[in-house]
Amino acid sequence: MTNKTQKGKRSKSSDSGLIDITQKKFRWSDYLAEKIIRGTAFLSIAIIVLIFFFVFRESLPIFSTAKSSAKTEASAENQATQETYGEVTDTPKAQDVQETYGEVVDISATADSTSEAYTVSAGSGFDDNQTALKSILTKDWVPVSQKPRYGILSLIIGTFKVTIISMLFAAPLAIMAALYTASFAGKRLKEIIKPTIELLAGFPSVVIGFFALMVLASFLQEVFHYDTRLNSFVGGIAMGIAAIPIIFTITEDALTAVPKTFSEASLALGASKWQTAFFVILPAATPGIFAAVLLGVGRVFGETMIALMATGNAAQMGLNPFESVRTLAATIGAEMAEVVFGDTHYNVLFLIGSLLFIFTFILNAIAEFYVKGKLMKRIQGK
Amino acid sequence: MAHEKIQTENMFLHYGSKLALNDISIQIPEKKVTAFIGPSGCGKSTFLRSLNRMNDLIDGVKIEGKILIDGINIYDNNIDVVTLRKKVGMVFQKSNPFAKSIYENVAYGPRINGVKDKKQLDEIIETALQNAAIWTEVKDRLGDSAMGLSGGQQQRLCIARTLAVNPEIVLMDEPASALDPLSTSKIEELIVQLKEKYTIVIVTHNMQQAARISDLTAFFYLGELIEFDKTKKIFTNPEKKQTEDYITGRFG
Repeated sequence: MTNKTQKGKRSKSSDSGLIDITQKKFRWSDYLAEKIIRGTAFLSIAIIVLIFFFVFRESLPIFSTAKSSAKTEASAENQATQETYGEVTDTPKAQDVQETYGEVVDISATADSTSEAYTVSAGSGFDDNQTALKSILTKDWVPVSQKPRYGILSLIIGTFKVTIISMLFAAPLAIMAALYTASFAGKRLKEIIKPTIELLAGFPSVVIGFFALMVLASFLQEVFHYDTRLNSFVGGIAMGIAAIPIIFTITEDALTAVPKTFSEASLALGASKWQTAFFVILPAATPGIFAAVLLGVGRVFGETMIALMATGNAAQMGLNPFESVRTLAATIGAEMAEVVFGDTHYNVLFLIGSLLFIFTFILNAIAEFYVKGKLMKRIQGK
Repeated sequence: MAHEKIQTENMFLHYGSKLALNDISIQIPEKKVTAFIGPSGCGKSTFLRSLNRMNDLIDGVKIEGKILIDGINIYDNNIDVVTLRKKVGMVFQKSNPFAKSIYENVAYGPRINGVKDKKQLDEIIETALQNAAIWTEVKDRLGDSAMGLSGGQQQRLCIARTLAVNPEIVLMDEPASALDPLSTSKIEELIVQLKEKYTIVIVTHNMQQAARISDLTAFFYLGELIEFDKTKKIFTNPEKKQTEDYITGRFG
């Protein structure tokens, strides 16, 4: 028998001619590879966590009662000026300072809530973080003003409104398209459809936003005859267009992954192709489709460019889909560049960032636990 | 001999350019168990799948000749394939219950055939499960997922699912090949019972199984039907030498 041991000190123990397995060897390449892989994994996790902590930390001053930041704007040089942002609505000058931001329609309501909540501090400079914190759960988002109010409720509602509209539009379309591609389209057609739609996933959102702003908005207004040209409906449709490729691709994968034996069993029972697709393949792919839709939601949720261009950017609370809205992401995108560093406004924007983070996190957690827990249980029958 | 349920005349089947079945002519009688035996790749499963046109799903399959069921050529243009498959049910080699409850698995077939009445559906399901000899094992947990059943139970559930559509012919593609001996014997008993109501065609690799349960046996080799006769004759006194070699294990 030939001696397979290595030269040097170890060959001694193998004099018997047998392969020696008692000597533990230190393998440099294995050690390094493991360390590098582990290091990279922890690095990427650390980066995400650190970003979150940075964003969250910047928003913290809002929650502290002390006056942590001096407000430069409060010097009150132009006390009587009326701030406007976006369209100037022709309102007679009232004794109160009237802010408009985007298209404010209901001026009396704004004025009412303002006077109630802020009369006490109106005289004392209004740069207190506590007042900012108090105003957070109101509906008025008027950050650039003598009496700034940071009511993000309307932003949250706006974001959810746009997300729901876009999913109502995109999810059925994408799922049906995927079902067609997976179950009905011929081989050749499938080879064309799938890569084409997947290519659309890389479509720059600024282009979709531009298209929505210039073409889609006018077209939809002509069809539905609503007043405000840019609104949550237009924004939702445009973001839906951006989300369709993502939902389509993952749904198609999930449908294709359904074992062929399922469809064979169904067909052998005398089910038609449609019945098989709807009652067997689609239900069996539910966890994947659910994940696909949630990914689509995530995409729309964080979408900034299209939101900026197509939603009208007026912070309003109404449930009417044809009203302008302002989303969380668009607010950060529009205002972060112009904000005073360390200012309350700056902090609030970071708070919005944290909120986006948390919402997305919750969404993913739901997806993870729901898919892994409930759906998988149902399917594997344990 | 009984009425000829299935009849093929000079049937050829091509996979692309490859000839998979060569000139098959066979008459399968009603309400008997007919077994197809032969080495892997000899075309017996392909032939079985031709009988309810499951081969339509595979690209590049071309069939010539006639396959008659009750005297009607099932490859004629005016044949409704969906209805044909209701008439000719199929049980697969690997049990393939849907990822649904036991009840829903069996209810699927009647439902797509338009049975909506809950009471009627319950009846059909109970009968089908009883006929498939699995009722006593599952009657208390019809709402549980079918995926939680054992392999043998799953296969009997699949048989129940097929029976619930009330077919005339049941094709079985090695229904017990993935099962343990106990489950296998249950399935075999079941098949023998089922022939009172259904015409059964079964593909099997297990020659003892064919000998135990079938009335007639067909031996396939390299895409050809070598011999088809009463099971007893095939296993005791085959006409052809190839058949004898195969069943005695001297095949090479």
